[in-house]
Amino acid sequence: MPMSATALEDDLRDAFPEAVIEIQDLAGDGDHYKARIVSAAFAGLPRVRQHQLVYAALKGKMGGELHALALETSVPVAGS
Amino acid sequence: MTDPAAPTSADQFIAKIIADHAVVLFMKGVPDQPRCGFSAVTVQILDHLGVEFVGVDVLQDDNLRNGIKTFSDWPTIPQLYVKGEFIGGSDIVREMFQSGELKAFMSGHGVLEA
Repeated sequence: MPMSATALEDDLRDAFPEAVIEIQDLAGDGDHYKARIVSAAFAGLPRVRQHQLVYAALKGKMGGELHALALETSVPVAGS
Repeated sequence: MTDPAAPTSADQFIAKIIADHAVVLFMKGVPDQPRCGFSAVTVQILDHLGVEFVGVDVLQDDNLRNGIKTFSDWPTIPQLYVKGEFIGGSDIVREMFQSGELKAFMSGHGVLEA
């Protein structure tokens, strides 16, 4: 069950309003995405917690509507 | 046969297997024959490092397949556990491997000879 990149970005934007979000459709099928999210919300959190925040933002779509989402999460570098 | 009325049996199974084995990978397929690209990559990384691990095929049991997602609050497979602790899925394992962090982590936990 594919999901549009826009819908994916909207969900992420709701949860991480100040973040830098880049979405790549890896296979061109609306089902395999890569998302790079740079947000201060991840500061001090282990990667598992960072990804769990992202999955929570997708409200259960991950593993359902969304088959594959490669995640790259990071915290903004000071001064940038 | 799986019994959908016994949701806690999966939790008990998961808790026991991650307590009994130092490194456990919940995956699709078996280590010699992964049935998903993400599981395959994770197996390759563990093999490359020379980490001994137990692979658990979640495709054999729907209770387990769903149970592991609830257990770790993590929606996807594979899932790697070391000494009972959830480490992450394939993205995190790959990132940790590429940065050298995974090898150090495994050595630090005594599951890899330094």
